[in-house]
Amino acid sequence: MEASATTVTGDRSVLERSPVGRLPDRVLKWGLSGLAALILILIVYFFIRLVGQSGHVFSTYGLNFVFGNDWDVSHNIFHGGALLFGTIVTSIIALIIGVPVAVASAVFINELCPRRMRGPLSILVDLLAAVPSVVYGLWGVFVLAPKLLPAEKWFASTFSFIPWIGGGIPQLYNYFIAGLILAIMILPIVSAISREVIATVPAEHKEAALALGATRWEMIRMAVLPYSRPGITGGAMLGMGRAIGETIAVVLVIGSASKIGSHLFSQGYTLAAVIANEFGEATGIHTSALFAAGLVLFVLTLIVNMIARWFISRGSHGTRGTGATGMTIASGPASET
Amino acid sequence: MIPPDTTSKEQSDMSTAGGLPSEPPQAPPQASKAASAEKTGHAVKLKNLNAYYGGQHAIKSVTIDFPPNEVTALIGPSGSGKSTVVRCINRMHEEIPGARAEGSVTLDELDIYDPNVDVTAVRRLIGMVFQKPNPFPTMSIFDNVAAGLRLTGTKSSDLKELVHRSLVSVGLWDEVKDRLNEPGIGLSGGQQQRLCIARTVAIEPEVILMDEPASALDPISTLKIEELVDELKERYTIVIVTHNMQQAARVANSTVFMLEGEVIEHDETNKIFTNPNDERTERYVTGKFG
Amino acid sequence: MSATNAFPQISARRRRTDKVMRASLFAATMIALIPLILIIYYLIHKGLSAWTQSGFFTTDPTGSFFGSPGGIRSAILGSLEIVALATLISIPTGIGVALYLTEYGKQSWFANTVRYFVDVMTGVPSIMMGLFIYIVLVIGRVGGSGFAAWKGSVALWLLMLPIVIRSSEVVLLLVPSSLREAALALGAPRWRVVFRVVLPTAASGLVTGSLLAIARGMGETAPLLFTVSTAFTLTFSLNQQMNTMPFLIYTDITSPRAEIQTIAWGTALTLVVIVLILNLLARFIASRSRMA
Repeated sequence: MEASATTVTGDRSVLERSPVGRLPDRVLKWGLSGLAALILILIVYFFIRLVGQSGHVFSTYGLNFVFGNDWDVSHNIFHGGALLFGTIVTSIIALIIGVPVAVASAVFINELCPRRMRGPLSILVDLLAAVPSVVYGLWGVFVLAPKLLPAEKWFASTFSFIPWIGGGIPQLYNYFIAGLILAIMILPIVSAISREVIATVPAEHKEAALALGATRWEMIRMAVLPYSRPGITGGAMLGMGRAIGETIAVVLVIGSASKIGSHLFSQGYTLAAVIANEFGEATGIHTSALFAAGLVLFVLTLIVNMIARWFISRGSHGTRGTGATGMTIASGPASET
Repeated sequence: MIPPDTTSKEQSDMSTAGGLPSEPPQAPPQASKAASAEKTGHAVKLKNLNAYYGGQHAIKSVTIDFPPNEVTALIGPSGSGKSTVVRCINRMHEEIPGARAEGSVTLDELDIYDPNVDVTAVRRLIGMVFQKPNPFPTMSIFDNVAAGLRLTGTKSSDLKELVHRSLVSVGLWDEVKDRLNEPGIGLSGGQQQRLCIARTVAIEPEVILMDEPASALDPISTLKIEELVDELKERYTIVIVTHNMQQAARVANSTVFMLEGEVIEHDETNKIFTNPNDERTERYVTGKFG
Repeated sequence: MSATNAFPQISARRRRTDKVMRASLFAATMIALIPLILIIYYLIHKGLSAWTQSGFFTTDPTGSFFGSPGGIRSAILGSLEIVALATLISIPTGIGVALYLTEYGKQSWFANTVRYFVDVMTGVPSIMMGLFIYIVLVIGRVGGSGFAAWKGSVALWLLMLPIVIRSSEVVLLLVPSSLREAALALGAPRWRVVFRVVLPTAASGLVTGSLLAIARGMGETAPLLFTVSTAFTLTFSLNQQMNTMPFLIYTDITSPRAEIQTIAWGTALTLVVIVLILNLLARFIASRSRMA
């Protein structure tokens, strides 16, 4: 570097930068690297502390904690099976309702709607993500749940022959309402990612389909959707990750029942909701159990998110972190995850 | 496997014998018309075709007759409008926002721009092969060829036979018969293009449009494609856009020279390349520009 | 000469399918927008009546079970304070890590690991951030207090950090390397290039990303539950419990009193207006930026 770089005048020191002069660069570089390393350390440290805090309950119940079906605060018995069940069921409901609508809207916006409408429609769908989750909860409690109850009652009695889905007596707050609100909350992220992925479909494949005499829908079915499938799957899984971790909107509309509900419209509970509800007044092993619930939740979201990102990197062929996806994934819904 | 080009030679001999003027967009020589009636060929005619991209006037009053069961080449420098002409024939031009076409394009005297006509019906009859081979990436070789057939509701029991026939006709069958279920994009460039041609002919169109089909391929594949074009004209009317003049000379019965959106000259290929009427044609084919 | 009857038509079934599917896709898009419209409608419908109450914005909640419920002043100011502090920490650290990733780390294994973990962080439920800060700062009564506003800010920092990092990295990568190279070729040291060339060029994008992070931070409840908790009266001390809008809405929803439920709607309307303004501002800046 500063080895014999003699200038014409023979004065090497002209090209050297003084150690002091190099200091800001050094400081900047190592300072920023340290900051980056801090992130890694924080996550690992968090995991360790969380495991530590939940140790008590795992040593008492072992793995049974995760799958047993009895969360009984008053008798100090803690099994998280019902919570896990509720978390997964509400997320699945959210996926079943939300993903088709989100993907359909993405296809419509990118492939079918007039160009002028594309921007405004995208912005409107994305605005769903700006609504804070407590506001979704508020709306769910006072508007959605009461208004849908008659329809739920009709549904449960009409389809009473389907196990678990029908046949029960719908409660005001239940799995379904929670899942429905989650569906609305994951809609913007799934739609945004799907739009991004669909936009990368090369025109040549679409033209090939059209040149064969395909109708617009047939072209979408032949050329757009198959190509986009991995990326869309990744987006759906990211949505699932959000649904799994959503706390506030869910805790307000799920009914907080600590046993596995007997039907779709019965009250339930989720891992995130139980923490929000009971943490304030918990003591001793109860607190440890709540931390354990948090640990399970953490691991679950980690796994789902890792799978999601793997799909997206396979599917969007290089758009990871660029353009809208970068911003969208980054900013995410204003909802709690 | 190039059959000796006797038919077109006969026709051109006859035409000069018949003393037909070699003006641009005129009816094909009488002899070939009679011959084509026997072959039930399909003729495409453009009359005063104008095309626009928004405000830009890309094609100006183009009138061309594409004789049935012949290969007509469109040559000219980039931007001369050759691709646009071809895309107007199967109405792919409409897919571009802000693009529109005016004038008359007929297939066997039927106006393809008639508002009652479904554009997908037009494209079923007028197929297209693109410059860059574009097999569907998520489909196998078999499914690629069958793609168009499935659209038209062909029974799956018939598919195998039709796919086989199609692949044979493009000379690809022997090379892929053992791997029909492998992805279409696993083939080489030249094979992919023949696959795309197989996909196009599987639904038995009447006309095949080719937009520089060999320009992305190596010389050996190019020759194979040219041989294929020569065979295909027995059953289809072919329009081929090419920037390669030797290619036009090899495969085309007649050639249209375009410049800046206009047809400058349209005549038998031989004449265009050896004794063109227009000075601009002469400058282009001798390589003085473009 | 309309001999179109001689043109073969595609089957009626295909045409019908095409029509039906296109209509369905349109309908689905409209369905996606219905919740947004409904929420905004109800927010305005029920929230405005709270807004028009006297003292809504100028008095604090009384917290009393009878009598006037008061206003939401302490909640608004509390939210602003806590988010402002969180922003103050998040933006330098977030942009700092992003700078590391784009200027120094690039594609090294370390930088890629950091990127991966930042991605992971965006997927962590926000209640976990609250739990973590609880474990680390609240249990031990760090700073001499149990629940405290600044601890809530730290929890929000954990939430906002990955957002700022991801969006900043996207924007910094858009700065053409030719600009950097030109500055370096003129003999400028790296830190100068960063501060005088890269950051100013990326400025509007960085602002956009930060605004989105702030909008997110304002709306979060879960990270505040076990870190800040809540209070009624207005306070500016960051080492105490403080009121916030999301928390206020959360507790007011479960109140049996209709007046308090109305306050919840009014607070929600206030919160949504602020968040929407931040979002639209971000979009506006992004669309005006040369690099958008």
